[in-house]
Amino acid sequence: VAGVPRQPRLPAPAFDITHHTLANGLRVVLAPDRSAPVVGVAVLYDVGIRSEPEGRTGFAHLFEHLMFQGSKTLEKLEHFRYVQSSGGTFNGSTHFDYTNYFEALPANALERGLFLEADRMHSPRITAENLANQLDVVKNEIRVNVLNRPYGGFPWIYLPAVMFDTFANSHNGYGGFEDLESATTEDAKDFFDRYYAPANAVLSIAGDLDVDDAVEMVEKHFGGIKKRRAPKRPSFAEPPLSAERRDTHHDPHAPIPAVAIGYRVPDPVKSLDALLANLLLAEVLTDGDAARLQRRLVQRDHLVTDVAAYIGEFGDPFDERDPTTFTISAHYPDAGALDAILQAIDQELARIADDGLDAGELDRVRTRLVSVLLRDLDAVISRTLELAKFELIHGRAELITELPGRLAAITDADLRSAAAALRPDRRAVLELVAGGAR
Amino acid sequence: MTTEQKNAKHSHVPALTAPRAPKSLRSADAVLDNGLRVVAVRKPGVPIVEMRLRVPFLSAKPNHPARASLLAETIATGAGDLDRIGIAAAVQALGGDLSIGEDADRLIVSGNALSTNLAALLEIVAAIVTAPTYDRDEVATERARLVEKLSIARARPGVIAGEALGHRMWGTHPYAVDLPTPEAVGGVTPAQLRSLHRSSVRPASAVLVLVGELPPTRMIEHARGAFDAWTGSAASTRVPALPTTTGGPLLVVDRPGSVQTSVRFGGPALPRTDPGYPALQLANLIFGGYFSSRWTENIREDKGYTYGPHSRIDHHVLGSVLGLDVEVATEVTAPALLETWYELGKIASLPVTAEEVDSVRQYAIGTLALSTATQAGLASTLAGLAAFDLGLEWIAGHPARLLDTSVEQVSAAAAQFFAPSAFTSVAVGDASLIAGPLAGLGAVES
Repeated sequence: VAGVPRQPRLPAPAFDITHHTLANGLRVVLAPDRSAPVVGVAVLYDVGIRSEPEGRTGFAHLFEHLMFQGSKTLEKLEHFRYVQSSGGTFNGSTHFDYTNYFEALPANALERGLFLEADRMHSPRITAENLANQLDVVKNEIRVNVLNRPYGGFPWIYLPAVMFDTFANSHNGYGGFEDLESATTEDAKDFFDRYYAPANAVLSIAGDLDVDDAVEMVEKHFGGIKKRRAPKRPSFAEPPLSAERRDTHHDPHAPIPAVAIGYRVPDPVKSLDALLANLLLAEVLTDGDAARLQRRLVQRDHLVTDVAAYIGEFGDPFDERDPTTFTISAHYPDAGALDAILQAIDQELARIADDGLDAGELDRVRTRLVSVLLRDLDAVISRTLELAKFELIHGRAELITELPGRLAAITDADLRSAAAALRPDRRAVLELVAGGAR
Repeated sequence: MTTEQKNAKHSHVPALTAPRAPKSLRSADAVLDNGLRVVAVRKPGVPIVEMRLRVPFLSAKPNHPARASLLAETIATGAGDLDRIGIAAAVQALGGDLSIGEDADRLIVSGNALSTNLAALLEIVAAIVTAPTYDRDEVATERARLVEKLSIARARPGVIAGEALGHRMWGTHPYAVDLPTPEAVGGVTPAQLRSLHRSSVRPASAVLVLVGELPPTRMIEHARGAFDAWTGSAASTRVPALPTTTGGPLLVVDRPGSVQTSVRFGGPALPRTDPGYPALQLANLIFGGYFSSRWTENIREDKGYTYGPHSRIDHHVLGSVLGLDVEVATEVTAPALLETWYELGKIASLPVTAEEVDSVRQYAIGTLALSTATQAGLASTLAGLAAFDLGLEWIAGHPARLLDTSVEQVSAAAAQFFAPSAFTSVAVGDASLIAGPLAGLGAVES
């Protein structure tokens, strides 16, 4: 078997990025790549779960559904039909700090895709009938993803309530049924007026396109949307925990217990290098069979069935502004083993903080992480979404191309500091009690 | 009236411009001396190379599913001089990843690495297939984990429904077993894994797919260098043909406390090599195979009974299957089934429209291009096609076959395959709430 390369030279993604801003404030990012006749179109609005009003949990997501129900000039169902009969696919998703809408299309449907996004940015058709229909659809989405399955929504729905104190950070982002049922078309119109202004959005276009032609199409379709003031985004930051918090969550379907341990990490936008050190630490702990917690908890002590460490509620470290969470989660067969698991994790973190990493350990983990970043950018729609996300959350789409270089500069000492900060008195522990145990 | 003509009522909606053809890809295809077929494609994109090694794994032996599952969990836990941690660390240092999967048809080793590291990745994979250890302690660890993973899988309603449908469609055929029982897994020994490996993990009839930004001939040379020492003729397997499914009453499986009912329908379909396949593919899309389908527009966008119904064609070595699945709220289970039978009866007995066929044709052509526009997507597609002796030429030629398919052919395929009586069906949910209303609509078994 070939030896381990000594000093991996890390490749970086290369994009030819152009920026353009419309008079109404819409920011546009374009990245041509003419290697295949496909194109991605994405619009990200700077509003997510954290901006939902009290008493309206789940509203950002319900509203995302309403954005597909017809628009300025299109009836219900027409958005889907226009995308799919062009040979394309579509979707949208609601995150803690933003909401996205996107299409992957054959290159010959680019202008159609831009038109479709502009039509709903201009005005969605919000009717009582569509709201009632999508309320039923969303309740069924929650049933299939949360209520009718083991470990549904664990831990992303439940851990924030232990980690955080403010409504914005701690509430159930999928929404309680009572809150969802009390939503009105007036709520939806207010939400649109407040948060869906062109100046509160980023449009990203990547793939088989000519930049000048694409900018002209963008001006033509989005230029006529009236300028509205973008809302001032409040800070959602909370002070770090000073004492351990514990709670339990009962899952009626789960056959064995699980645990999620959450730690606050530094502001992911202002302290990007600290975020990257934490990201590398998460990979050192659980990525692959050679990772520290796989060896200790799975292979040596046989305490857990699986273990994963990740940053961001949905596992994407670049998805959230402050605050964001470093999570370690595990499933384990013996309900009495939780303290032993926590103790083993503390010991492994202390070992890294005290002794640092083994020779070659940081390099191999870093090489793998860069490879994952690159691989995730191969699909045109992923590239489109990532450029938009880095522009919106981190202020610069170009940052993606700089990540391998920034990761290369992270040292053993940085990981030791990151590990040292994950102390028992700084963590929130959520234990899942298995109601479906045999 | 075509979709374009219909859409002309919205003259402001931009028309599609002239389609651009994808660039043709350079590829090479070789059979090594040991019988291993290697398919290599140069695909521009990111500096990553994708690998899929597909080994036939079909067996009629009753003890096969448990052994095959545990083999997949343990095959990469030691090989040659490397222990489990050594393998994982070496792969990670290549910017790589390896994962092993298996089903009734095949064992598949999937991997990727930075393209500069392809030769080293293949050497590790070659060590795994030629000199696996099946260390006692590693097998014991993974056996216990697999039992827990199976209990977690079986707590999911979709898994329960899939198993119930499999048994009802295939009876005692190997295809009826998706997951082994914990008891069967508990008894598997390292010696049994080594024996299964020796008899079945062999190069003859196996296919290695490599996709990346590298010259195809160089990729083949790397494969030749790495897999030289892998030997063994193809395992002889005798597996009975798939039984003919006959429909029958809806089977209700009780899962007390379910807030939704998981409904699964299954019936026969055509393989990709059948001249009638493009018409069936299009009929399936119109029925429930994409968001703008009749089934989705009815029970989701009009009635809100579900988050999403899906119908699909799955291609297995012994036959293709038309499958429908949907999770509906418990209280609307009967009306959701009524609408499903209505849509099946309608598409089976009334012609589809030209507008519907135009839409799904463009969708099928466009999404084939999108799914094969990534290195990983192309590698997985080629590994799937290779089992049927199909390859890049099938992907390149399929748009023309879809364009050549008439509205009448699609209607005829729908009439043949979508009749409600053709399906075997199960519903997993809270029987105390759904059995009564369902029995009111038609024959039900529990």
